[in-house]
Amino acid sequence: MLSGAVVSDEQLVARCRQGDEQAWAELVRRFSRYVYAIVAKGYRLSDADAEDVFQEVFARVYTRLDTLRDDAAVRAWIGQLTRHLATDRLRLASNRESATAQLPDRGASDAALEQIEIALDLHDAMRGLPDNCRDILDRFFARDQSYQTIAEDLAIPSGTIASRISRCLTKLRSELEGR
Amino acid sequence: MPDFDESQIARLLAALPPAPDAWVHAAQQLPAARAALDTLVARAETSVEARESTLRDLEAALEAEGLAPEPAVVAELLARLNGRAG
Repeated sequence: MLSGAVVSDEQLVARCRQGDEQAWAELVRRFSRYVYAIVAKGYRLSDADAEDVFQEVFARVYTRLDTLRDDAAVRAWIGQLTRHLATDRLRLASNRESATAQLPDRGASDAALEQIEIALDLHDAMRGLPDNCRDILDRFFARDQSYQTIAEDLAIPSGTIASRISRCLTKLRSELEGR
Repeated sequence: MPDFDESQIARLLAALPPAPDAWVHAAQQLPAARAALDTLVARAETSVEARESTLRDLEAALEAEGLAPEPAVVAELLARLNGRAG
């Protein structure tokens, strides 16, 4: 795996263009949560539709990477592509089941999409944290794992989990202050 | 970035759960899948018989190449065989 802490989005795109499969795997890993959040939380697509759109997004990114004019803008490009394909999918579902399917409340969806953008900024900031902090924050908040599960998986006393999370949150706040 | 308190940070972290592992894995395998698809299409274009055989059972052709015959992959193969690259 490439080190996410040292490879910028721009560098990652350049490597993908050169056919570096490890870089591609890292690009998918880096943006998978973003695409997933947009389709599942922003647009609230069904699981099947969300998966289709998720795969279509990465298929298009893979085949059209050469058309990206600014490599540093890959995140915005992927976000736009995902929103475009998710909207198409909703329209399709709406046409298919006009009596039951509805476009989501635009206000709610826009608010959710805005929150996802901020969340991704925050997630990017986590790259500046030590691995153990990234891991424990991700497990507790994003993966919703219990103290017990985290303690078992990481082989650390469960009584120390809360204080570790608190320390890591403090580090993350410090990281954010530098941005 | 705005100055978030810890509860806001916690809420934002929760807003980006991981995508299902299988979805991520499938997307990461795209280069290998594309290469296998290229091989399949190239072989199908060697003769009329090969092309017809492939078109007759797209799913079987994909499986023989080690590819899961997901609807999107089947559609991609058909498009490629019909000269409409995806």
